[in-house]
Amino acid sequence: MATTTVPKVMKQGKLTPWLYLLPALLVMGVFIVYPMINTISLSFLNADGTASASTTCVRGRPCWGLFENYRYALTAELDLTSFSSTWKSFWSSSYGNNIKWIIIMVTGTVGIGLGFAVLADRVKYEALAKSIIFMPMAISFVGAGVIWKFVYDFGTKQVQIGLLNAIIHNLGGKPVAWLSTPQLNTFALVAVGIWIWTGFCMTILSAALKAVPDEVIEAARVDGANEWHIFWSVMVPIISPTIIVVITTMVINVLKLFDIVYVMTGGNYGTEVIANRMYNEMYKSFNTGRGTAIAVVLVLAIIPFIYMNIRRFLAQEAAR
Amino acid sequence: MRWSSINKKINNVPTHIIIIFTLIIWIVPTLGLLLTSIRPLPAINTTGWWTVLSAPRGMKTYEQACASCHGQDGKLLTAADLTNPDIVKKYPRSTQLTALLQKEINGQPHLGMTPLPEAQESADIAAYMKRLSNLDKTPKITLNNYVDAIVGYRGTQTYTEDCKTGKQSLDLKCNLSDLVNPRGMGRAFLNSLIVTLPATFLPILFAAFAGFAFAWLDFKGRFLLFAVLVGLQVVPLQMTLVPISRMYAQLGLNGTFIAVWLFHTGFGLPYAIYLMRNFLGGLPRELFEAAYLDGASHWTAFTRLAIPLALPAIASLGIFQFLWVWNDLLVALVFLGGSKPVMTYQIGNMVTSLGAGWQLLTAAAFLSMLLPMVVFFALQRYFIRGMMAGAVKG
Repeated sequence: MATTTVPKVMKQGKLTPWLYLLPALLVMGVFIVYPMINTISLSFLNADGTASASTTCVRGRPCWGLFENYRYALTAELDLTSFSSTWKSFWSSSYGNNIKWIIIMVTGTVGIGLGFAVLADRVKYEALAKSIIFMPMAISFVGAGVIWKFVYDFGTKQVQIGLLNAIIHNLGGKPVAWLSTPQLNTFALVAVGIWIWTGFCMTILSAALKAVPDEVIEAARVDGANEWHIFWSVMVPIISPTIIVVITTMVINVLKLFDIVYVMTGGNYGTEVIANRMYNEMYKSFNTGRGTAIAVVLVLAIIPFIYMNIRRFLAQEAAR
Repeated sequence: MRWSSINKKINNVPTHIIIIFTLIIWIVPTLGLLLTSIRPLPAINTTGWWTVLSAPRGMKTYEQACASCHGQDGKLLTAADLTNPDIVKKYPRSTQLTALLQKEINGQPHLGMTPLPEAQESADIAAYMKRLSNLDKTPKITLNNYVDAIVGYRGTQTYTEDCKTGKQSLDLKCNLSDLVNPRGMGRAFLNSLIVTLPATFLPILFAAFAGFAFAWLDFKGRFLLFAVLVGLQVVPLQMTLVPISRMYAQLGLNGTFIAVWLFHTGFGLPYAIYLMRNFLGGLPRELFEAAYLDGASHWTAFTRLAIPLALPAIASLGIFQFLWVWNDLLVALVFLGGSKPVMTYQIGNMVTSLGAGWQLLTAAAFLSMLLPMVVFFALQRYFIRGMMAGAVKG
């Protein structure tokens, strides 16, 4: 962003730009910058922010002093008696769940989105097909939760009004409690996430694919490459910067994800994720110290991905 | 030539199959919601939505076990006319019906050689007999769910029926004022609109000012400040909830619309500024130079030049922010809660509490999706453009 874009002929007072900026800076300062700093300081205080977090330590239990809320945030869900129990409890904790979410959901959305973008490019009804895949983006997470409750419903032995169990029942299988079976339910929730976010990935990837020059693809075809080959060794390398942006954006989205879990299981049956746990600490247990500590942990987890996205933004700006 | 084009079509068959299969997976859940929302409650609870077009419950079982003597329409035996409500009334449930079927008639087993139906089967037959005899007049498709959801009806019948018989609960008046009953989706729809419109307009207005300054005014630290703002895009909303709730509590703003407007404005701004600056910065410089040479002030350049030219960006931004705020649950939950319930809040409440049945939930969910769907399908182009410009939106 070079300063030279500003016309030389314009006259301006020193104050003028700041008058234009004032409303935005004021609102953002009050609603983003100040609370961010405040959250960090609250995370070192007790449940209602009146004394240091170290006062909440219990005698005879592990204590991290000023970082007591962080001890709670990081280890409360873990069973630290042995290595194997720690490992096992980690994967059923909110952190383990979030990692599962990231792995499955990012693979699912980017994979299906990319595949669909490539295939839809070859048919006449591309626009319609893409808007159907994209449609869940316009629906609220709450609405999506209701929609999918009908897919996952676990009825009685005789009556199955849930689509999946009805299919299983008709094939002669035993109905499955999709949302209350630990482990399985996280996968069921991730499927909802994939249903919502695939359209987002598909749209961005599709635009990138269309920008791949036809000559490059034609040249590969002349050289005798088959379609599969063209996809993997020509198209994917060219659009890989876009793929990486989509992946980092999706990781950030998944880390912040709250609504799907809140609506569909309320975090019960071992489906809790970080953002959900934070909400429960803040608004169900009313422990702001612990809640804000979890929030800070969440931000620390997001920072590397933010960094990647900002670096790309700066590179883009430099290229303008 | 023709052969190769036919060949090409055949090669494309797997592509079509995969695409259509994916599309079916994407549509079917939503279709299920829509169909469920127009079915009466007893039907929702007993059969899946996909049976909405198939034969009524119990018809098949009836035909297997009973139709050979009683006839397809149930009228064949005059002594036991199944279309007579007085006869059918005696066997409302499977237990009474099974007891009857176990008895002998004229010294012969009631069903002859046919084995006795299982409990579920006789319940199905009983249900079908009610339909034959017109005791059960529930239609297959109804709009009552939508009426009930809009007025916030929580009884066991339907709003229309209760109002006819005068048995409605105390908060219902059975006139137009029920449309804004605080428990209903009608009021929630209004609340959602009241939240969404200013929360869409304010960030765009402020962002237009700031974007203009970043693009066309010269000041110290311009680039640094802009980079910081772009960075703020990714601060998670959850990070700021607690301090702002405390601030609002001190100012007495919790549970007011202003609280939500300001919060959404703050969080919408970084992305909005980013988009506006990029769009305004892309306008030709000569335009502004010419304007300044003609003696225009900044204000004139802003209102007469920048804003009209930025309308496409404003449209994208508006749709994006509108859908974001409309679909938001967390902010509404924390700052408005039940005092001024918005649509997402009401639905979330119906899901987590057991107070409402499926029929209300599905109708309410569909009502909340209506406006976003219309906006989305009508203005899809702008929405996608807005989203693409800010793949880093937090």
